[in-house]
Amino acid sequence: MQPLPTARFEQPASLSQVTELLAAGGWSLLAGGTDVYPARVGRAMDGAWIDLTRVSGLRGITEDASGWTFGATTTWTDVLRAPLPPLFDALKQAAREVGGVQIQNTATVAGNLCNASPAADGTPVWMALDAQVLLHSQAGERRMPVVHFVLANRRTAREPHEVVTGLHVPRRSAKARSVFLKLGGRRYLVISVTMVAMVIDVDDAGRVAHLAAAVGSCSARAQRLPALEARWVGQPLPALAGSAIGPSDLAPLSPIADVRASAAYRLDATATLLRRAFGALTS
Amino acid sequence: MNLRDPGSAVEKAADKPGNASTSVIRFTVNRRTQDVQTDRASRLSDVLRDQLGLTGTKIGCHAGDCGACTVLLDGEQVCSCIVAVGQCEGRSVTTVEGLAGPGGELSALQQAFVSHGAAQCGICTPGMLMSAESLLRANPHPSEAEVLDALGGVLCRCTGYRKIVEAVLAVAAGHAAPLESPAAGQAVGARLARLDAPAKVRGDEKFGADEWPHAQQDGLAMRVLRSPHPHARFVLGDFGALKAQWPGLVDVVTAADVPNNAFAIFANLRDQPVLADGVARFRGEAVLALVGDAQTVQAIADRDVPVEWTVLEAFTGSPDALAAAEKGEAIHARYPDNVLCRGRVVRGAPEQALERSALVASASFDTAYVEHAYIEPEAGYAEVVQSTTAEGKPLRRLRIFACTQTPYMDRDEVAHICGLAPEQVHIVPSAIGGGFGGKLDLSVQPLLAVAALKLNRPVRLVYDRPESMRSSTKRHPARMSARMGCDAQGTLIAYDFEGDFNTGAYSSWGPTVANRVPIHASGPYRFEHVQALTRAVHTHNSVAGAFRGFGVPQSTLLNETLIDELAARCGIDALEFRHHNALRADDTTPTGQVLHASVGLQACLDALRPAWRAAKQAALVHNTKATLIGSPIRRGAGVACMWYGIGNTVIANPSTMRGSLRCDAERGAYLFLYNGAQEIGQGTATIMPQMFADAVGLPVACVEQLMGDTDLTADAGKSSASRQTFVSGNAVRGAGLELRSKLITRLGLADSADSTVQLELAGHHLHATHAGKRHSLDLRTLPADDHGDLLTGSGYFDPPTVPLDADGQGVPYATYGFAAQIAELEVDSELGTVKLLHIHAAHDVGRAINPTQVEGQVHGGIAQGIGLALMEEYINGQTDNLHDYLIPTVGDVPPITVHLVEDPEPIGPWGAKGVGEPALVATAPAILNAIHDAVGVRMKAVPVTPAKLREAMLRPR
Repeated sequence: MQPLPTARFEQPASLSQVTELLAAGGWSLLAGGTDVYPARVGRAMDGAWIDLTRVSGLRGITEDASGWTFGATTTWTDVLRAPLPPLFDALKQAAREVGGVQIQNTATVAGNLCNASPAADGTPVWMALDAQVLLHSQAGERRMPVVHFVLANRRTAREPHEVVTGLHVPRRSAKARSVFLKLGGRRYLVISVTMVAMVIDVDDAGRVAHLAAAVGSCSARAQRLPALEARWVGQPLPALAGSAIGPSDLAPLSPIADVRASAAYRLDATATLLRRAFGALTS
Repeated sequence: MNLRDPGSAVEKAADKPGNASTSVIRFTVNRRTQDVQTDRASRLSDVLRDQLGLTGTKIGCHAGDCGACTVLLDGEQVCSCIVAVGQCEGRSVTTVEGLAGPGGELSALQQAFVSHGAAQCGICTPGMLMSAESLLRANPHPSEAEVLDALGGVLCRCTGYRKIVEAVLAVAAGHAAPLESPAAGQAVGARLARLDAPAKVRGDEKFGADEWPHAQQDGLAMRVLRSPHPHARFVLGDFGALKAQWPGLVDVVTAADVPNNAFAIFANLRDQPVLADGVARFRGEAVLALVGDAQTVQAIADRDVPVEWTVLEAFTGSPDALAAAEKGEAIHARYPDNVLCRGRVVRGAPEQALERSALVASASFDTAYVEHAYIEPEAGYAEVVQSTTAEGKPLRRLRIFACTQTPYMDRDEVAHICGLAPEQVHIVPSAIGGGFGGKLDLSVQPLLAVAALKLNRPVRLVYDRPESMRSSTKRHPARMSARMGCDAQGTLIAYDFEGDFNTGAYSSWGPTVANRVPIHASGPYRFEHVQALTRAVHTHNSVAGAFRGFGVPQSTLLNETLIDELAARCGIDALEFRHHNALRADDTTPTGQVLHASVGLQACLDALRPAWRAAKQAALVHNTKATLIGSPIRRGAGVACMWYGIGNTVIANPSTMRGSLRCDAERGAYLFLYNGAQEIGQGTATIMPQMFADAVGLPVACVEQLMGDTDLTADAGKSSASRQTFVSGNAVRGAGLELRSKLITRLGLADSADSTVQLELAGHHLHATHAGKRHSLDLRTLPADDHGDLLTGSGYFDPPTVPLDADGQGVPYATYGFAAQIAELEVDSELGTVKLLHIHAAHDVGRAINPTQVEGQVHGGIAQGIGLALMEEYINGQTDNLHDYLIPTVGDVPPITVHLVEDPEPIGPWGAKGVGEPALVATAPAILNAIHDAVGVRMKAVPVTPAKLREAMLRPR
């Protein structure tokens, strides 16, 4: 006789309770639930879940000398409503594209990252921001860059006994700016065909001091474009406008063909979005 | 999931009060504190609906894709289907039931939805209201852009969104007053608010999944196991072990339990099994049904059910299936060529006429499977009811509550399947959360019927979204080619068309598509010479059935492309070319039918001409500037026309409607309408009372009604083929006139047909004023029948048609709707994206019985046309959800201007024709012509996704 499935659902109030449960093993993590429930259409919830939304100190954005820390359960609406410098324009633009407002109100920045969809709107932005993932376990804290954290489609470097507590974005000059451009088949609620995030910082002479470009939906995980970035550092900012994007710039990408678009189109459109990102950041 | 021993820390945590897997959760719902005993991981939506009975919150997808379940959590909109109820503890939830005031009065937002026609079927309405509520609480005076952003997470398939946006902006502007109800004789033509709108905005309407009276008694749940393969043989194993493993599993229903295991739309074509019998012919076909308690049937994994599959080669497109037939591979033995049926219209000598045409344009065109994507998945329940015959003998009857567009067809087909007399089946339609043709075919009904009869217990079935999409019918994918010829002056001469329509695994409405397309293929133009041939081809793919337009939207994409090309080659403006060639009164159609009246196409084009000229000029100015500044954005304008025969093609198409005069102690005197013209969101619950009231000569406010119940309403036919306004409208007019005549006679007046008699109901009295004299009747003196009717009227109408001969010559329809639409858009030439700027639509509807509703139909049709043109492609097994299958959102439908042209149909009620399907047909070709105008590319397939348009632009031309 088979027992009917039920779910365990713990709602700890402190991080130490979370890491204690994780150390025991067998638990999965849930925050907004916006990826967990859709994966179980037509079924009752089963499994053992730790709800992170009542853990104190995990939600909200803090700033210190080193930069900004986004708590794991910070929602996309929190991001949109936060007073943040132009460095985070791309993050806010991405926040508006994460589902409808209903999803933005519950979906969290860490959940979007940990779900590790190739089409996660936040991931290329965090990559372009050089964000570090903050991981906690009973052994303590460790950090790793987002580019190393996301391993592949639906896979991350989080160990089963670890919880992501937040994302840290390093400080840049007050002149730093960013942009996020997304292409999809309709206006709202759309999985990206391709998307581009770009962060730029300029020195006092008006030259590109730092450039970071990342592309999502064009490989099993979002990718930075190091060749493209290297080519422009040290150049005068206006030179970026109208710059050509060559095949070698897009070498890290390996898009698939699916019902949304062909692989060739994804590369073609990505080059266009990159050019437009340059245009937006130099205008 | 295999749970390992979670260890002591977990045990400690789990021991804490309130942390057991089932616990009491306290939260506030609509300002009342609730304590709910539940699994903390339960979806909030399920707790609201199943435990608190708040079924106003709807489930469209269970995945956060459609927003129908939107509620407010601490004032912010969330999808309740993906929120754990444990997360709501100590918080405040507001549902649609919490919007009305303490006395039940509608809120300003609800009232605005009613007054502006913002609700059609009503299934998305609660979600829309809650999204708008959250916006207006935070921002009482939003801009239109802010409204779009706030509503962007809720999908609507009926309204085209514009009237919803209008309603929200009206609240912000303080314009949310109720509309006045029209006076006696003034209902037809009035912008009467939908009579069922208040129930929709309160969340009170009971859709298929909203009623289940047997949940706590002996009710059983059903889950259907479906074929994971497009073509396979299978053998069922022994279910003994499964039943032993799952005590909550009461039965496994299989093909062996179905008395007559074949159904169809057409009785002579019965081919589709309720449960497949050893062979599955499409992915998603029903194989068996698990019946038991709800948790058990949900928990049993498909892989644990003993079914042994042998996968067979599948032919999923019409070219594959036709090629397979050459090699002797028949999908059904009855059709060795894999052709279900052919359609044919031939007039004149098209081949010779094309040879002597000065200009000939030719093209081929492909379309995809398109999903109806009604937001309400199919749902309902069946129960066995012990009744007695008129002679007092016991009678076992089956009562089915489910969503349907066609109660009487359901009754007769379920009776056949179950081996019952039709009178033993009672169909009670639920409120219907969108149909568009997809709820004409049986879905849950026969499965429920067979199980309820076998087990003698009530059984319920609610499809989930992927199941709805995998199992239901679709728009036929078409592969078409055609040649069109005109003379040097731009007068059309000949059209030669061939089309294969992939009708999928079973017959469904395949014959209707194959027969309707040839009649309409050449469009609403004067052609002396036409040949139009179609085939409905069987494949191992989703069953293609009825979907708003029955194949005509597909064929119009091709002929309107060719019209544009000939106009350009003649050097004639695209609108003027159409105007020159448009059908007009006394013209003869390709079936040899003479159109004596109500051919308003030229008037539609005249109405659009100013907008057309402005659009062309604006595009020219924009593109000149864009070229100069190096912008990649190109603007274009396109026009397309359409016509559509109202009602069934030739076959009998009758409607009977009945109405009465009643008088209750508390209500006083009122009219009662037995409205069998099934409401599916299109508005028959409003326009039928409007017409009935005017026919009787009393105000529409005094009409009560009962909608679509096969025990009480007469057979008004199905809600499809744009027929209800025209066909049932005539029937309800007849019913009203007969009742009026009886009332006048009963008052003692000599001439019962005298239209100058003024009737009035007051209290318990009927009054008449005639020639300055007043006549009165105390209705309490009249005897009531079993239903409470004092006097009744009945009306019947069947449109006059003449059968088609072997060349398709005859009179297939009594009347036609006509329309022309303009699309204005921008193409981003570097990305291939299309942004619609405006749609102008002119529709000859004969007479708009309710202009607000006609506009609503046009808006909604346009939205579906936008989807057809730009984004919708159903691929069975790949796009079985509402995030991979894209339908337009509120941000994808531009402003729409509707011009109502009223060229009256002499045999239409008050001159009216239908508009439901005509709304959709011209939109997609107008968009494709506008894309060509913008960037010079003729797209030969839909959907025109950004990738496909960009690739076509890069191809050498």
